[in-house]
Amino acid sequence: MSSDEKSPSESIRQSADAQDARAVRAFDIRTIVGVLLGIYGVVIFIMGLTASDADLEMDAGFNLNLWTGVALIVVSAGFLIWVRLRPLVVPRPGADADEAHLE
Amino acid sequence: MILHGADDVLKLDASAVDYGLVALYFVFVLGIGLLARRQVSTSLDFFLSGRSLPAWVTGLAFISANLGAVEIMGMSANGAQIGMATMHYYWIGAVPAMLFLGVVMMPFYYGSKVRSVPEFMRRRFGTGAHLTNAISFAVAQLLIAGVNLYLLATIVNALLGWPLWVSLIAAGAVVLTYTALGGLSAAIYNEVLQFFVIVAALTPLTIAGLHRVGGIGGLVDQVEAGPAGDTMLSSWPGEALTGFDSPVWSVIGIVMGLGFVLSFGYWTTNFVEVQRAMASNSMSAARSAPIIGSFPKMFIPFIIVIPGIIASVLVPQITQLKEGQGDGSVTYNDAILLLIRDLLPNGMLGIAIAGLLASFMAGMAANISAFNTVFSYDIWQQYVRKDKPDNYYTSVGRVATVVATVVAIFTALLASGYSNLMDYLQTLFGFFNAPLFATFILGMFWKRMTSTAGWAGLASGTIGAVLVAVLSEDALGPLSIGAIPLSGQGASFVAAGAAFVVDIVVSVLVTFATQPKPEKELRGLVYSLTPREDRVDPDEHLLPWYRRPTRLAGISLVLVVALNIIFH
Repeated sequence: MSSDEKSPSESIRQSADAQDARAVRAFDIRTIVGVLLGIYGVVIFIMGLTASDADLEMDAGFNLNLWTGVALIVVSAGFLIWVRLRPLVVPRPGADADEAHLE
Repeated sequence: MILHGADDVLKLDASAVDYGLVALYFVFVLGIGLLARRQVSTSLDFFLSGRSLPAWVTGLAFISANLGAVEIMGMSANGAQIGMATMHYYWIGAVPAMLFLGVVMMPFYYGSKVRSVPEFMRRRFGTGAHLTNAISFAVAQLLIAGVNLYLLATIVNALLGWPLWVSLIAAGAVVLTYTALGGLSAAIYNEVLQFFVIVAALTPLTIAGLHRVGGIGGLVDQVEAGPAGDTMLSSWPGEALTGFDSPVWSVIGIVMGLGFVLSFGYWTTNFVEVQRAMASNSMSAARSAPIIGSFPKMFIPFIIVIPGIIASVLVPQITQLKEGQGDGSVTYNDAILLLIRDLLPNGMLGIAIAGLLASFMAGMAANISAFNTVFSYDIWQQYVRKDKPDNYYTSVGRVATVVATVVAIFTALLASGYSNLMDYLQTLFGFFNAPLFATFILGMFWKRMTSTAGWAGLASGTIGAVLVAVLSEDALGPLSIGAIPLSGQGASFVAAGAAFVVDIVVSVLVTFATQPKPEKELRGLVYSLTPREDRVDPDEHLLPWYRRPTRLAGISLVLVVALNIIFH
């Protein structure tokens, strides 16, 4: 039951050395979502560009891969810009614990 | 939901690129597990993410945990079968209860620092109600994890042709790896990732489908010309959903049965959901989690239910089914898979398969991460080994995760042989859930309510629901005797209603006959004994409007009412 009374960020503070700080940044879920959607977007965008006429026939003349690719790349860029503009503040030992939170 | 065995109807024409996109997703899933492991240093880190996550993450995880196989296949099937009335499962059956959880109940869950919903039960009502609740919850999670896993394996089998046992073990191993390593953080982060991949797969599917049928106008024309006509296009009074003949009773059934008793019972007391909000980093974030989740929740049916409706006019097999001429090769549950097969080119197909697999695995991971918390804190720590060091319980949680996964694999194998049995067992566990909301809400707002009333109310409420189910026509399959003319969803609405009423009546009567708990033990657990500063963040008025739970809840409520009016 000892963990019960512990303030939420104490454990983060204890383990916040420089190495962990990097890990936290890489572990920002916004980076992960942005990178995965970005790779998906680029791959299907290329598939859309190289689609044969037969492929387009199946889509009834509407290049689904191409346009979804564009949309995914835009969303991905949005996530990565968000991470840049509002980076995760990694707490230093003794720093105000509230800064540990993602905004 | 039973999917037929290996059948070439559903076999997708996946290319190397599609497999590559799916494989990439798995690399990310396992990578999240490994990264999350580095953040686990206490048991609270493992079971509740150290209560450190921002509201938008826990909010998305809140709905994502529920966005599993049953939801995606089942709700698109309902869309194909009954049309717009399916929207009630979201707009009536989820959003109001999620807002209620955030505004009214979360202050007690988060403010009392309990680590699980059963633990709240123990603090408020003592061990009698707690033990029953913890055990029935834990067993139900194992069962549902098995059902989720079974659905995943049948779908992999149908789509890609893998044998059932290979996909069972492969999926079980992936879920086990990331939940055992990273605990709740890994599960939640994967749920957030899954949400975006599902949206990225189903939005283009919906747009392509609408394009093919000639836009929204074309869809409306084709549905009206179909066998069900324009009843599929209106959500109220929804007789197709309730199975009631009278439109008035149908509306009452939807509002009271689905909207009040069933959905409040599910969304406000189910630890799978509440656990996600409990992982938030502050009181206002915890309260905002279900409220933020309510926004995607009200719009996600547009990419789940609408594709079902599109499939009902666009996919020849489903159209035949609607005209009563199906040859038995497909069921409504296949609607969205058939639409994917017909509409998505290679590339998009890979994203769609990744999204479906992701959502089925996330559903199972959600069950397992809730199970291991309740097992470790509420059963093991409370009743078996009390005063061990904190890291002992993290190890217990990891072992519980392994055992739960193995049990789920065997449950899934059992489900493949006896799928009806699984349906009835799920219904049965639903009866333990049905009266929970009544007991919680009374217990939170009535300080006199006693411990005896807590377990007596739950027990009699459960019995009340079972009784209605037995008397109905088909709620419990062969066990139902058909004494009252109720079937399908209507029967479960009435059973849940009975559980609620019986629970309240019995709790009130027993309370007056027994001794209440001393008031000092109830601080943080009961409204009148919890000072305002324990319920609300002291600096909440300094937050911008989009981070204040009550403002957001108001906006959400207005939107959901508007949706009901627009799509009545």
